[in-house]
Amino acid sequence: MSKEKFITLVSTAVPMPIENIDTDQIIPARFLKATTREGFGENLFRDWRYNSDETPRNEFVLNDPTYSGKILVAGKNFGCGSSREHAAWSLYDHGFSVVISSFFADIFKNNALNNALLPIQVSDEFLKKIFAAIEKNPKTRLTVDLSQQNVVLEDGSSETFDINAYKKTCLLNGYDDIDYLLSLKDEIKHFELAH
Amino acid sequence: MQQQRTLFDKIWDAHIVRSSEGYPDALYIDRHFIHEVTSPQAFDGLRKRGISVFNPSRTTATADHNVPTKDQHLPIKEALSRHQVETLRKNCPEFGIELYDLGHPYQGIVHIIGPELGLTLPGMTIVCGDSHTSTHGAFGNIAFGIGTSEVEQVLATQCVLQYRPKTMLIEINGTLGNGVVAKDIILYIISKLSSSGATGYFVEYAGESIRNLSMEARMTICNMSIEMGARGGLIAPDETTFSYIKGRRFAPQGESFDRLVEQWRHLKSDEGAQYDEVLTFEASDIGPMITYGTNPGMGIKVTDRIPALADLKSSSEQTSLSKSLAYMGLEPGTSLLGKAVDYVFIGSCTNARIEDLRLVASMVKGKKKAANVEVWVVPGSKQVENQAREEGLDIIFEQAGFQLRQPGCSACLGMNEDKIPAGKYCISTSNRNFEGRQGPKSRTFLASPLSAAAAAITGKVTDVRELAGAALTSNN
Repeated sequence: MSKEKFITLVSTAVPMPIENIDTDQIIPARFLKATTREGFGENLFRDWRYNSDETPRNEFVLNDPTYSGKILVAGKNFGCGSSREHAAWSLYDHGFSVVISSFFADIFKNNALNNALLPIQVSDEFLKKIFAAIEKNPKTRLTVDLSQQNVVLEDGSSETFDINAYKKTCLLNGYDDIDYLLSLKDEIKHFELAH
Repeated sequence: MQQQRTLFDKIWDAHIVRSSEGYPDALYIDRHFIHEVTSPQAFDGLRKRGISVFNPSRTTATADHNVPTKDQHLPIKEALSRHQVETLRKNCPEFGIELYDLGHPYQGIVHIIGPELGLTLPGMTIVCGDSHTSTHGAFGNIAFGIGTSEVEQVLATQCVLQYRPKTMLIEINGTLGNGVVAKDIILYIISKLSSSGATGYFVEYAGESIRNLSMEARMTICNMSIEMGARGGLIAPDETTFSYIKGRRFAPQGESFDRLVEQWRHLKSDEGAQYDEVLTFEASDIGPMITYGTNPGMGIKVTDRIPALADLKSSSEQTSLSKSLAYMGLEPGTSLLGKAVDYVFIGSCTNARIEDLRLVASMVKGKKKAANVEVWVVPGSKQVENQAREEGLDIIFEQAGFQLRQPGCSACLGMNEDKIPAGKYCISTSNRNFEGRQGPKSRTFLASPLSAAAAAITGKVTDVRELAGAALTSNN
């Protein structure tokens, strides 16, 4: 089933220099009750975005009109905790296509890749550089080139990132894992019989 | 050609359907568990593709995350929760999957019922759309949590695409001290490794301290592997494992069981097998543990002080600590002993097995809870609940002023009706102390069932060893 293809992205970015952002913060469990994949963006970072009386917390970056864009830049160990794919869905639904961090939790990384949300792991130094560039100019634009596997800042500095060749092909072409696994169905049947 | 292999590698290799250069391995899955929260979108995906479930007999469903723990015979009050459980009720029969629904004698938390029904066996690959699937690794299998897209993969093909993780051996040597139980071991390990220290690894736990543990205790350890970032954790099976499995409802019986045990005896890492990382800890260094912060790596021995800002090397660690402690309403460099708590939660896939309930009962028998605390005991399954009643534990809890509820994930995750109110402190036997995990603005101290029971009696954070008359067992 084809998904949206990932092409080169040029965008401003939203900085969130907090470490260990867990999936309970990205989307709290009480908002996991829907039975479809859509609409989770509304509750992205719900308890950081809103006070208990539902009024927005102006100091939170997603409520600050200074910052916008399709790239979220976050501190290390992003996406730890619960396996809820709703975390990836809510980021994507909100409008993010890329998350940049210096370290990702495993399950989140898989979930993101399965939903055309590109997790990009950069060095601690480059992450600091990105945060500094955004701090200096909130409208600075980052260029993410998946085919070249690099992130370029406006001052020309850049860093390449790793992505598995298979996942890269999937993202560039909008393929998903089930398409591949379904093509192995006969092999799986044979394996099961012999297993 | 074969080198000495780890147990992890042996099981992984035995389940590879296709391994191609540049591709993740297509791994065959022996057992798949599903629940109401992470499965509806996967079933929808199957419908959109017009395909059926590849092998429905290998998937088992239950309702646990989003269920009330009181009056389960009545319709679920909250409309969205009811709809989600009803969606599972519709999807399971439509795709031919066995469902242990509310009220069924086998219903319960997915990671509690798998082992107790004998569905979880050594040597298997096991997945579920839940990160605590690592629990099942206690039986010597590869068990890990997956996302909903992967749930759909398993339903459609009985396989998942996965990259082989690195391997880590964690050895615990020696004998545990008084009042120290499995939960303390794993909280201690996570406090040493941090909440990301094992990311990218699959852990094997070994050593004398692990060998001496019961299956329930081993499950507690493997359960929290994910809290240091590991995809899963496993323990080589032994006589303790085999005797736990023997006679379980869906476990192989008679001669076929005996034959399997003979095969299972070979499920261990070869002498000299290489791990990517090896860590060794001494049981005597471990004490009753408690967390003070907002991730499970922020734990200390209950007799230690919360770190001071000056104890931390980097400014980012200092920022994290300040942010966590501000949320928790605590001060750096202080002790938690004597800190008043408002709630005690004994439950979750980490610590809601019959042995956990027995441990709590042995501690509180003949005592009463402190006036300032509310205590919830939530059994992990209908079978645990029934057994607790048969053993008279319900009477001990009732006399102590504890509420014995019905099975479910309850206050572990702030999703169903059981939530800790804003600003309140809960000492909890669950697995996560993230901000708002037990309810918006709730504050969680993770601890063992023994420490939670002690706090229930005193109404404050307590060193369980100080509580006179404590029945401190050593194999949990």
